[in-house]
Amino acid sequence: MTATTSDVAATPADDARPLLQVEGLQKYFPVNRGIIFQKEVGAVKAVDGLTFSVAKGETLGVVGETGCGKSTMGRLITRLLEPTGGSIVFNGHDITHMSRGQMRPLRKDVQIIFQDPYSSLNPRHTIGTIVGAPFRLQKVQTESGVKKAVQDLLALVGLNPEHYNRYPHEFSGGQRQRIGIARALALRPKLIVCDEPVSALDVSIQAQVINLLDDLQDEFDLTYVFIAHDLSVVRHISDRVAVMYLGKIVEIGDRVSLYEHPMHPYTHALLSAVPVPDPVKESKRERILLTGDVPSPLNPPPACRFHTRCWKAQAICKQVEPPLVQLQPGHEVACHFPEERVLV
Amino acid sequence: MTQETLEGTVPPRPAATAFLEVRDLKVHFPTDDGLVKSVDGLSFQLEKGKTLGIVGESGSGKSVTSLGILGLHKGTRAHLSGEVWLDGQELIAASKEEVRRLRGIKMAMIFQDPLSALHPYFTVGAQISEAYRIHNHVSRKAGRARAIEMLERVGIPTPDKRVDDYPHQFSGGMRQRAMIAMSLSCNPELLIADEPTTALDVTVQAQILDLLRDLQKEFGSAIIMITHDLGVVAEFVDDLLVMYGGKAVEYGTVNEVFYEPQHPYTWGLLSSVTRLDRLRTDRLKPIAGSPPSLINIPDGCAFHPRCPYEPMTGGKGSTVVPELVDAGKGHLVRCHLTAKERQDIFLKQVKPTL
Ligand SMILES: Nc1ncnc2c1ncn2[C@@H]1O[C@H](COP(=O)(O)OP(=O)(O)OP(=O)(O)O)[C@@H](O)[C@H]1O
Ligand SMILES: Nc1ncnc2c1ncn2[C@@H]1O[C@H](COP(=O)(O)OP(=O)(O)O)[C@@H](O)[C@H]1O
Ligand code: SF4
Ligand code: SF4
Ligand SMILES: [Mg+2]
Ligand SMILES: [Mg+2]
Repeated sequence: MTATTSDVAATPADDARPLLQVEGLQKYFPVNRGIIFQKEVGAVKAVDGLTFSVAKGETLGVVGETGCGKSTMGRLITRLLEPTGGSIVFNGHDITHMSRGQMRPLRKDVQIIFQDPYSSLNPRHTIGTIVGAPFRLQKVQTESGVKKAVQDLLALVGLNPEHYNRYPHEFSGGQRQRIGIARALALRPKLIVCDEPVSALDVSIQAQVINLLDDLQDEFDLTYVFIAHDLSVVRHISDRVAVMYLGKIVEIGDRVSLYEHPMHPYTHALLSAVPVPDPVKESKRERILLTGDVPSPLNPPPACRFHTRCWKAQAICKQVEPPLVQLQPGHEVACHFPEERVLV
Repeated sequence: MTQETLEGTVPPRPAATAFLEVRDLKVHFPTDDGLVKSVDGLSFQLEKGKTLGIVGESGSGKSVTSLGILGLHKGTRAHLSGEVWLDGQELIAASKEEVRRLRGIKMAMIFQDPLSALHPYFTVGAQISEAYRIHNHVSRKAGRARAIEMLERVGIPTPDKRVDDYPHQFSGGMRQRAMIAMSLSCNPELLIADEPTTALDVTVQAQILDLLRDLQKEFGSAIIMITHDLGVVAEFVDDLLVMYGGKAVEYGTVNEVFYEPQHPYTWGLLSSVTRLDRLRTDRLKPIAGSPPSLINIPDGCAFHPRCPYEPMTGGKGSTVVPELVDAGKGHLVRCHLTAKERQDIFLKQVKPTL
């Protein structure tokens, strides 16, 4: 990908302290059997030891196959879920085990946007009620102030402020996603976790919503954690990118380094599997075909979790877990045999 | 051959010579809100061993088209007209029973959501075996053997054990494989794949596309690949049909449509998608507005409310429905702009941004 060497990731704002600092984050979901006496028979290790940070004003993209723990991570850092282990420090506050009450003053700073613009909005509430809810909950506006504030938000995300009294079903998918964004923006958050915000949208609409997120970030100095499985969308929007596999980060680095010099075999497989919209180029591309499926997170493979599907696996991969280590400035990889490869 | 259409009777036309030929297919649904013109005059051809891609935004009529070819609108409220010729036989006028017989032996479908095609209460093996035994009068044992053979063929590990699993015991990718196994159990000559990989990860998508390609090589089937993913299309198809608002707006070989696209909607699609094989741009170029409602298709060219070149057509874009015309070598396009105008716009404004 020599053509893209001029692609320079924006340098994050040089606030000394990252806005979000996550260390050894874990979430195990207990699995119970039995009808009357529930017995714990195991745990789904959805997120199993994540360490990363996000600087103010930066976008961290998170990619990985279905079930690898992306959404769980998003719900942990927004504290919609209680972590099993590790720590989350947001803007200097340790929020790892904060109660709802303790979280309240911080709640407005951390928001989440969900994948499904259809199910994430209450069908019986008007747009005014939905987008105004955060103001009412936090009691930061008078009732007449709420209407004005909501209409400003609707205009901001490119919706008609007159549609204040309409219901979600009267809007298209792209418009509903804008409603979700307006709601998330209401309290001028510092961090927004976007969980597959454009996956359900048509390409032409995807581009509209991505541009909107870009503009809002510039205007309000927002920090995003952007979860998606579409690697080209993630490249477009992110400054840094984390690749997850079975509850762990296997590679994390700045956008340019990660896409142009990926080092983990799993990242190689992912990148090589994305078909590019160019028939001639596509017919010449090398494709790494992974065999089988992602193993169950109930019983993940020991040591390197990728070894059951990795074509480079050696004995050591089944015995010793490879730590996430920095191999290039700002580029960390968890593999015993890392190697640069050009794939896109 | 004479038949009923929405307009009345049409004069007889010669039988098709292509393996699959769809002529002026219309599927309209009467609803409380009005007539939904989901597919409104679609024509295309496909030979054995070849793949036709159909792309378009959600609601553009892709799935309704595929169900129409398979005869699955028969006996519903849908108004059907046009002709579907499969290997010399016309299917729109054929009886429901005849089309059902052909479904399975001559044509089969892979859906986006394998769970909608697999029954939760029967084992995967029983369902594949059943599909096979309906059309081939063989014993239960032979049916089971066929199921194991097909599961192995689509890459399910230890197929002799997994044959007795229920669909929920399979992962998403395995279910998709099982459905493919079921669809292919009778070696259909026409396979319609409706967003077969949309719900899957890219890694699994690559496996499934690889599998389909192998099977096509082996059996010489014709495939219709319906998708909204331009990458999948670029990788997989020979011909490409771009649908918008129930109509084809562009139809040509995959290289023609990707390298010399002619329709403003196709330009919009190609420029709005993020792509790994290009320099990252700071800003994406979306198509303005959103897809039309098929109850209330805009007058004239259905794309005109979103089209930046509409003013160049002197009002025709918003009043007259453009015809699908040959832009050279059988590359068809539905737009009022002249060939010269399209060429200029593409070379000067669109191509540099792709
Ligand atoms: N409440 C829960 N109870 C038990 N297991 C759960 C729960 N929530 C998630 N999991 C499991 O945790 C793992 C990670 O799930 P998660 O939703 O985070 O995946 P994801 O990476 O977001 O996947 P996708 O790309 O499909 O959205 C999965 O195996 C999932 O089944
Ligand atoms: N049984 C039906 N009754 C009424 N409208 C329908 C029916 N099936 C599909 N439609 C409409 O037809 C249009 C095309 O649908 P479809 O072919 O499923 O789109 P897609 O291109 O996303 O596959 C949509 O507007 C859809 O709502
Ligand atoms: S540690 Fe071994 S098994 Fe794991 S990704 Fe690296 S080479 Fe493959
Ligand atoms: S006919 Fe007019 S409105 Fe339609 S695509 Fe062509 S230029 Fe645009
Ligand atoms: Mg998720
Ligand atoms: Mg469809």
